[in-house]
Amino acid sequence: MKVLYFAWLRERIGEAEEEAPEAATVSELVDALRARSSRHEHAFADMTSVRVAVDRKIRDFDAPLAGAAEVAFFPPMTGG
Amino acid sequence: MRVRVQEADFDLAAEAARLEASGAGAVVTFTGVVRGGDVAAMTLEHYPGMTEAALEEIAVEARRRWPLTGLTIIHRVGRLAPGARIMMVATASAHRAAAFEAAEFLMDYLKTRAPFWKKEETPEGARWVDAREVDDAAAARWAKAD
Repeated sequence: MKVLYFAWLRERIGEAEEEAPEAATVSELVDALRARSSRHEHAFADMTSVRVAVDRKIRDFDAPLAGAAEVAFFPPMTGG
Repeated sequence: MRVRVQEADFDLAAEAARLEASGAGAVVTFTGVVRGGDVAAMTLEHYPGMTEAALEEIAVEARRRWPLTGLTIIHRVGRLAPGARIMMVATASAHRAAAFEAAEFLMDYLKTRAPFWKKEETPEGARWVDAREVDDAAAARWAKAD
């Protein structure tokens, strides 16, 4: 499974993309990613400013990941 | 229905003319522009692939809710100077109320559902623009109509 980061999450982690371990839910994935480095821990410190998309659809953190190919983490959107 | 994500600027008059030719009685356009002041430049990042799909979804929802004869969304990405056009929406309908409402709906949904992020360059350094609660509230008011 591929994990993508955008905006300040990408900057804090230092990567735009990485391979992720299998996880049952988004929350489990976040826990696994946090354990990777202090940069990941810092990026995922305040989950109220983090949003997630699973296969390019906005989802909640308890969303299941079975069969998912791409998970993206990013801050709340600021387009327009 | 015309949805574009691009680095290049767009021609507002040409886009409006395209909708005027759709046979509508009313065309509404909105343009977002980079503010002046202490911002030297703004960079827009997006999520290629998801952005286009999200904008299409918002456009389809607008057409479901209002009788539109045409609809255009163009959003730029990349580095933009103050005064530069960031994005536009345009709606065409037989009557102005539908065109105005649909344009506002497109803006409110786009701000909260399309994956764009703005970073500003200021004299104090670069900063990511924070999402505003007022934008969430503006988007939420349309939920009643579901």
